[in-house]
Amino acid sequence: MDNSEVIIRFKGISFAYHDNQSHRPVLDDLNLQISRGERVGLIGANGSGKTTLFHLLMGLLRPTAGAIEVFGEERQKEKDFREVREKIGLLFQDSDDQLFCPTVAEDVAFGPLNLGKSQEEALAITREVLERLGLEGFEDRLTYKLSGGEKRLISLATVLAMKPEVLILDEPSTGLDEDTVERLIEILRSSDLTYLIASHNSDFLSKTTDIVYRLSQSKLVRATKHH
Amino acid sequence: MHIDNFATGDSLLHRLDPRVKIVVAILFSVVVAVADRYGCLATAVCLALTLLFLARLSLREVFLRLLVVNAFIVFLWLFLPFTYGGEKLFSIGPLDATREGIIYALLITVKSNTIVLALIALLATSPVVTLGHALSHLYVPDKLIHLLFFTVRYLQVLHLEYDRLRDAMRIRAFKPGTNVHTYKSFAYLLGMLLIKSFDRADRIRKAMLCRGFHGKYYLLSHFELQRVDMIMLVIMMLLVSGMASLQWIILK
Repeated sequence: MDNSEVIIRFKGISFAYHDNQSHRPVLDDLNLQISRGERVGLIGANGSGKTTLFHLLMGLLRPTAGAIEVFGEERQKEKDFREVREKIGLLFQDSDDQLFCPTVAEDVAFGPLNLGKSQEEALAITREVLERLGLEGFEDRLTYKLSGGEKRLISLATVLAMKPEVLILDEPSTGLDEDTVERLIEILRSSDLTYLIASHNSDFLSKTTDIVYRLSQSKLVRATKHH
Repeated sequence: MHIDNFATGDSLLHRLDPRVKIVVAILFSVVVAVADRYGCLATAVCLALTLLFLARLSLREVFLRLLVVNAFIVFLWLFLPFTYGGEKLFSIGPLDATREGIIYALLITVKSNTIVLALIALLATSPVVTLGHALSHLYVPDKLIHLLFFTVRYLQVLHLEYDRLRDAMRIRAFKPGTNVHTYKSFAYLLGMLLIKSFDRADRIRKAMLCRGFHGKYYLLSHFELQRVDMIMLVIMMLLVSGMASLQWIILK
């Protein structure tokens, strides 16, 4: 896929967490390039910076050095990242962070409404996305009464409802039972989205991605290529 | 968690439009809170009991909730009879209990129990989420509604987190007692909960930003007043006005 359009480019990105006492570097002069249609896996030890990398991409954190280019433009300010967030969907590690509305329908419709869709359009999108994920009839369920697996799938629905061009998944298979993991793999394989998955589960990554990078000692190295 | 455990049911009050219930509950509570004539209060007690009967709730559970309310009222009985000026009835040591003080404490007891009973019958019979939506349709400011929603949503999560921490303490043989170790451990537990909620709030904000949040929330639920809602609204308003007139018009 060398000649296809590059949509995400990290150029010499460094990042460190500052505490009162300590200075903990997480990423150091990191380079990454993702083209449209690529399915990328990311592995790395706990605390190696996978989540940090995602949060930098979404503009939730700012790098201490380097440049982030998304969809051909350099992104620096909060305003630059608004457009990024409309086109890139991030699935958080903990679904309780993602689902904050009382009912499932409201939560799934939250993104589309923020994008300026009307209530009718947002509800239509909600129904369509839930149906696509095999979650028909969940509309009026209360988010805090869902099971762990249901929460994860509904969270994915809230992200997909924004019709992103790129999907970022932070440890999506953690804490799920086998059936739900299988369902997730099916959903990802049948989608035509570009996506980036961080996971400790190499079996999950080999089933869903074409290329896997390892994040270790603040650097990114290519780990495997399946095909 | 006790959220919503009166909310399931199929009684007349469960099916009533939540907006009607909120309006009646507010008016009823205000009238009872300011009333001091016995006729008015007696009517209020009867009304509250009728509502409770209509809601067909488990009387045992309702009684348990009333116990919680009355635990606070016990303190009033400890102080009010002895601090309120008036005709002396009896004395315990140097303390004189007054007739007025006892009547005052009694009034507060009756009023709070009546209001709580009516609120249980009217408001606890709707899920909190529905009440929130109804409040929004009654033009309560969005910010307050969303505070309510976030509280309901994350109370559950916080409670689970508390349970997890508590279990973690218990499996390491923690037994609460009256000693510094216990106080310190509970302080750690509370502190940890605070820090965790702070972190979670930050993650939720980030998740909202990622989905294009820019300061505006949207509500999807709408209600439609049925004929039975209108009829009940009129009946209940008439009863509450009748009750109010016992306080302010008759016997003047």
